[in-house]
Formats: sequence, C-alpha cells, structure tokens
Amino acid sequence: MLDTVVALRALGVRIGDSPILRDLDLDVVGGEAVGLIGGNGSGKTTLLRVIATLLVPSRGDGTVLGADLRDESRYEVRHRIGLIGHTPSLYPNLTLEENLAFVARMTGVATGRVGEVLDQVGLGLARGRSAAACSHGMQRRVEFARLMMTRPDLILLDEAHAGLDPQAGDLVAHLVAGVRERGGAAVVVSHEHRRIAPLVGRFVELRDGAITADARPRT
Amino acid sequence: MKVPFWRQAAAIAGKDLRTEFRSGEVVMITVPFGAAALMLVPLAVGTDARLLADIGPGMYWSVVLLFGVLVTVRQSAVDGPAQADLLGLLGIDPAARFVGRVMATGVLLLIFESILAPVALALYDTDPSGWWWLLAVIPLVALGLALLGTLAAGIASSVASATLIPLIVVPLSVPMLLAATQVTEGLQIDATIVGWLLLLVVMDLLLAVAGVLSARTLQETTR
Repeated sequence: MLDTVVALRALGVRIGDSPILRDLDLDVVGGEAVGLIGGNGSGKTTLLRVIATLLVPSRGDGTVLGADLRDESRYEVRHRIGLIGHTPSLYPNLTLEENLAFVARMTGVATGRVGEVLDQVGLGLARGRSAAACSHGMQRRVEFARLMMTRPDLILLDEAHAGLDPQAGDLVAHLVAGVRERGGAAVVVSHEHRRIAPLVGRFVELRDGAITADARPRT
Repeated sequence: MKVPFWRQAAAIAGKDLRTEFRSGEVVMITVPFGAAALMLVPLAVGTDARLLADIGPGMYWSVVLLFGVLVTVRQSAVDGPAQADLLGLLGIDPAARFVGRVMATGVLLLIFESILAPVALALYDTDPSGWWWLLAVIPLVALGLALLGTLAAGIASSVASATLIPLIVVPLSVPMLLAATQVTEGLQIDATIVGWLLLLVVMDLLLAVAGVLSARTLQETTR
C-alpha cells in the first residue's frame, strides 16, 4: 500500500494572466479513490494535468508518487501514472491491436497481453479494425484496456464515463477497484457525480480554481 | 520495466512508418508533386539539352530539399495533444522519440530521393559518371533533412507556430543543397568532392547533437 500518492500544498496555476487553480491543498493516499467534481471551467482538467506531471504549477508545492512536481524527478514516475483524457489518444491509422502493442513495447509488457485485455473489454473480435473506424465508445474501451495492461499506480480519469453504455461504465468501476486493491489511487473527474459515487470514497468540489468542499459520501 | 533506448526509438519509427504507409501521404502526394516539379523545368526551358544537363543536379537537389520539407512535416508525423500526453506518460525518453522520428523520416526521404533520381537522370540527360558517390550523398542528405525537419517541428510546436518550420528548415538546408549539388557536379568534371562530403557529415552530426540535447526541453515546453 502506497502511503501518500498525491500531496499538494498551496498550489496555484496561472495561464497568462488568468489564475486557473488557486491555493489548493489536497492529499490522496494509497487505496483511495477521489471524485473531482465542479462546473465547466472550474479547473478540474488543469488539476488532473498537474497531478499527471504534465503541467508544472506556477506556485506552491506538490509531490506525486514521491516525486516533486517542480523538479526532474517527476519524469521518473510518469510511467506509473495512467491518464484517460477527453480525447482518445489512439493513432487513427493503426488497428486497435497495433495501438496497444505499441504501448506494450514501450512499457516492457509482453505483447501477448494485448489480446487478453482486448477480450476483457469486449473488443476481441474488433482487434484488426483501425481506430479511425471505431466509435468513441470503442476507443474509450481500448483506453481502459491500456490501463488494464500497464497497471499504473495512479489512475486519472477525465470524464471517462461520458457517452458510454452501462457495460463500459462497469469497466471504469473495475479499473478503479483494481488500482485501489493494488494500493494505488484514482482521481475521477465527472459532471455526473451520482454515476461515480459508487466508485469513490470521497468527493472534492472545485469552483473557480479553488476547493470548496471535500467530503465523504454518507454510506 | 525500463525499455532500452534503441528499442524505444525503433518502436517509434515502426509506428510512424506504419502510419505513413497507411495514409500514403508521401508516396501518393509528395512524390508525384516532386516528379511534376522536375518535369516542369524542361517544359519551360525547351529542348536545350546542354542547358538541361547543366542545371540537372541543381534542380534535383532543389526539389529534394523543398519537397523534402513536406515529408518532414507530414501529417502522420504530428502528434495531437492526447498522443503527446500518452507518449510522455509512457515514460519514453524524449531523445529516443526524436531519434525514432528521424529514423522514420529518413527512410521516407530515402525512398523519395531514390524515386526522383532516375526521373531527373532521364529528364535532364545528366552524365551519370561517378554515380556510386550518390550512394553516400543521398543517405547523408536524407539524414540531414530528417534531423533538421524533426528539430524544426519540435521548435515550432513548442511555440505553437507551424509556420516557423519552413522558415527554419529552408535557410539551414542551404549548405546541404550546396554540398549535394557540388558533389554531383564535381563528379562530372573530376573535381575534388571530399570537402563537400565532409560538410554534409558535419552538418548531420551537429543537427543530431542539437536534436538529442534539446529533446526534453522541447517536449516539456510544448505542454
């Protein structure tokens, strides 16, 4: 079990003259799943990118998986972070199988795992289809398969439920439960807080770049 | 598990080439346009065979360098924001990413040059004596242009301005154009060409060092 996965202190992000995140304090520990909610433009995606080490904060301090967000140690933990963003990261001219095989080769996972995870997400028969010919929902499933294959310690999901059928929603639940069991953590961004409530043990609400609520749902 | 540098680079190159061969951007679009550009000059100049033979090497390398820029900035070599994030989070060494992309672009430029060379020989009736030296020049130019284009694309995306690419590539490729043309012409008059070949080698080395050393900075600035 990882002790502290994410620790942010007085963290702020400015883009140009606009403050996007302001004085954020947030801790996420191993085995925890946090739901990040808030309206459009509240800073949810920016916060997720900071936690993913893809965006360096303008002020404040923070660590993710023990690496400082401001120094080069953050590069060393990136392979332990799995992000699914708004836009699918698949290469459209490659088949679903080739997309995952590329990830497998880059992460040292046996390419034999590709077929297994595609079967797990219900795309075993579509493995030879190009990503461009797949629906948004199918592409999302491939992203889930990628995280099942690489088994990151920190999973970040940005509106992962959007436009998905209930079966695909179960895959999100499976992913989140899996990382918690491994002692890692998950941060799940969604507008539909009712849909993610069964997955997470805690909700953090953002408004205008600041945390306005941090609560655990009543059981 | 940490994947060795060269396996990362090879995987990037393999992915880029597979993507390109499926989209056909270089073979189906850039190559025919390059060949058409070579054909237009003889049509404009007329049937002055001696003039055509004189300008043949210069025309060939001009077309290779100008259209080669299009090969380096082809759509299939551009990562969208989601793919860039993915590559970053897979823990890929940015230098391996740069080298892999250069390898793929270099292969495509070699194909491009190899298809255009016989077209130029046929159209311009250039004396092919000493042609085996081209076996050294063609790969050196392909590598140099691939390095330059990949580096320029990295700089341009870090400042979010694709219009910078030709502004960087075209002036910096002038020494390559001069060297390649001088080697080809020198072969026909038995002039010494070692100095020009060395210039190509030095340019390739400098660009490779600059690309590898700046890879991390350019990748992080892009975000």
